[in-house]
Amino acid sequence: MTQSNTTMTRQNTAKKEQAPVYSKAERKTRNAHLRGRFGLVLYVVLLLLPIYWLVNMSFKTNTEILSGLSFFPENFTLANYAKIFGDPTWYMGYVNSIFYVSMNMVISLVVALPAAYAFSRYKFIGDKHMFFWLLSNRMAPPAVFLLPFFQLYSSVGLFDTHIAVALAHCLFNVPLAVWILEGFMSGVPREIDETAYIDGYSFPKFFVRIFIPLIRSGIGVTAFFCFMFSWVELLLARTLTSVDAKPIAAIMTRTVSASGMDWGLLAAAGVLTILPGMLVIYFVRNHVAKGFALGRV
Amino acid sequence: MQTKVENNKAWFLVLPVFLIVAFSAIIPLMTVVNYSVQDIFDPYTRYFVGTEWFKQVMLDSRLHEALLRQFIYSFTILIIEVPLGICVALMMPTKGRGASLALILVAIPLLIPWNVVGTIWQIFGRADIGLFGAFMSSIGVDYNYASDPTDAWLTVVLMDVWHWTPLVALLCYSGLRAIPEVYYQAARIDQASRWAVFRYIQLPKLTNVLIIGVLLRFMDSFMIYTEPFVLTGGGPGSSTTFLSQSLVQQAIGQFDLGPAAAFSLVYFLIILLVCWVFYTTIMNMQKDK
Repeated sequence: MTQSNTTMTRQNTAKKEQAPVYSKAERKTRNAHLRGRFGLVLYVVLLLLPIYWLVNMSFKTNTEILSGLSFFPENFTLANYAKIFGDPTWYMGYVNSIFYVSMNMVISLVVALPAAYAFSRYKFIGDKHMFFWLLSNRMAPPAVFLLPFFQLYSSVGLFDTHIAVALAHCLFNVPLAVWILEGFMSGVPREIDETAYIDGYSFPKFFVRIFIPLIRSGIGVTAFFCFMFSWVELLLARTLTSVDAKPIAAIMTRTVSASGMDWGLLAAAGVLTILPGMLVIYFVRNHVAKGFALGRV
Repeated sequence: MQTKVENNKAWFLVLPVFLIVAFSAIIPLMTVVNYSVQDIFDPYTRYFVGTEWFKQVMLDSRLHEALLRQFIYSFTILIIEVPLGICVALMMPTKGRGASLALILVAIPLLIPWNVVGTIWQIFGRADIGLFGAFMSSIGVDYNYASDPTDAWLTVVLMDVWHWTPLVALLCYSGLRAIPEVYYQAARIDQASRWAVFRYIQLPKLTNVLIIGVLLRFMDSFMIYTEPFVLTGGGPGSSTTFLSQSLVQQAIGQFDLGPAAAFSLVYFLIILLVCWVFYTTIMNMQKDK
C-alpha cells in the first residue's frame, strides 16, 4: 500500500497541471470501492435472510408462526429448543452425527497423510492412474451406490453403526484429503526430508516429529473439508442407519405429524445443525483461503 | 518443479488408502454391474438377461426427460453462478477483520446440511409463513412452488444459486489473492480502467480456479438429490425430477434392481463423459491462446 502511494505522489508532482484530472480518477476509484462494499453488503444480507427467517421462526410458537409474518418473535419462546434438548431421541441425533463425522475425519486423515506424502515425494508404478482413479470417485453420484452399500454393510453386520457411515463417507472424503494434503506437502522443500535423514531420523520419527508440524495448517484445512462434506451429506447416512446411529438430519423428518407440521421445532432443529459448521469454519478462517487457492475442493 | 525419486516401496504408504476406497467403491460398483445383467425375483431365483436392461433403460422416455431436465438445470445454474461468484469475489475485502468476517459469512450456506437447505427454502418460499412467498404475493405475483411447475423450477434454481454461489465466490476470491501486488501497480501507472484490469489481469489469473469451479458445480449439480427432494419431492408432476431422484424412485421405490442398476451405470458413464469433454475442451482452449 505504501509503495503504491509513493508512486502516485511521484506522478502527481511530475505532472502538476494534471492534478484535477487525477483527483477525478481518485474519486472514481473511491466511488467504485463504495459501490463494491454496498454490493457485498446487499449480497450478504440476501444470503442471510433465509437463515435469519429460520432462526426467527425457531423462537416462535406454532400458533404465532401460522397467524402471520413478523420479523421478530412477539412471544419469545425457547420451548422448541427445550423439547430437543429434553428428548434423547432428538439430541442423540446430534451426538450420532458428530460421532460419525469425527470418526470419518480421523480415518480420512490417518490414511491420507502417508499416501499424500508418497504422491508428493515418490514416483512409483501406476502412481498417476491411482491418483486419477481416486479422484474419479468424487464424480460418482451417491444415488448409484445406495443399494449396494446397503447390502454390503448389512452383509458384514455393520448396518446401523457409526463406523458404516464413516466408512461410506470415506468414498469421497479420502480422495479429497489426499488431494488437498498433496498440495500442501508439495510446498515443503525436499531438502528438509533429506537433512532429517542425514541427521539420523527414521521415517516414522521424521514424519511425526518434523513433517506433520510443518503442514499443520494443511491438516487443519483438510479436516475442515472432511467435516464439511461428511456433515452435509444425508442420502448415504440415512440409508445406512435405522435407529442407533440415525443422524439428526434424518430425525428432523419426524416433525410431520397427524396434527400437521411442527414448524417451530423443525426450525429449531435446523438452526442447531448450522451451528457446528460455523464453529469449525471460525477456527480455520485464516487458512481456508489457501485451501481454496490450491483449487482442491 | 522438483524431481521425484523413483521408489516402488511408496506403494506401502498408498495401500491403506487403496484398500479403504476400494472397499467402498469397487465392491459396490461390481454389485451394480452384476445386477445390471440379471433378472432378480428373490435372492435365490435369478436369470442372466444380458443387455436387456440396458436396452430398456436407453429407450425409457422417463430417463430421456430426466436427462434433458438435468442438462437444462445444470447449464442454467452455471450461467448464473459463475458470473455472480466472480462479482462477489471482486467485492470481498482483502485485508483486515472485514476479510475474515466476509469469508465466514459468505461460506455459511456451504456448511448447512443439504436437507436443511431444502427445509429453509421450503419454509422461505411458502406464501403463508415464508418471507419470499409472502413478498411475491404482495407484489401481485401468483407464486406457489408446490403446484406450479415454473415456480417450482425457479425455486429450485434460486435455492441452488443461494447454496452454491459461495463456493464459486470463495474459489475466485482465493485465486484473486494469489495475484501479486506489482500487477496492479503496473496497471495504475498505465492508468488502466477498472474493466481493463479485470479483463487483462484478473480474469486470466482466475482461469484455473474457474475451471475447477465449473467442473465441481457441473458434477455436483448433476448428482443433486436431497435439496429438490425436500423442497418439491420432484413435483409438481415430474417437473423437478432430476436423474438421481429418478434413479432412487426406481431402485428403492419400485425395487426394480436390474433396470435401476443399468440406469446407474449409464448415469455414471454420462457424468464421466461430460466431465471429460468439458475438461479437454477447456484445456485445448487454453493451449490455443
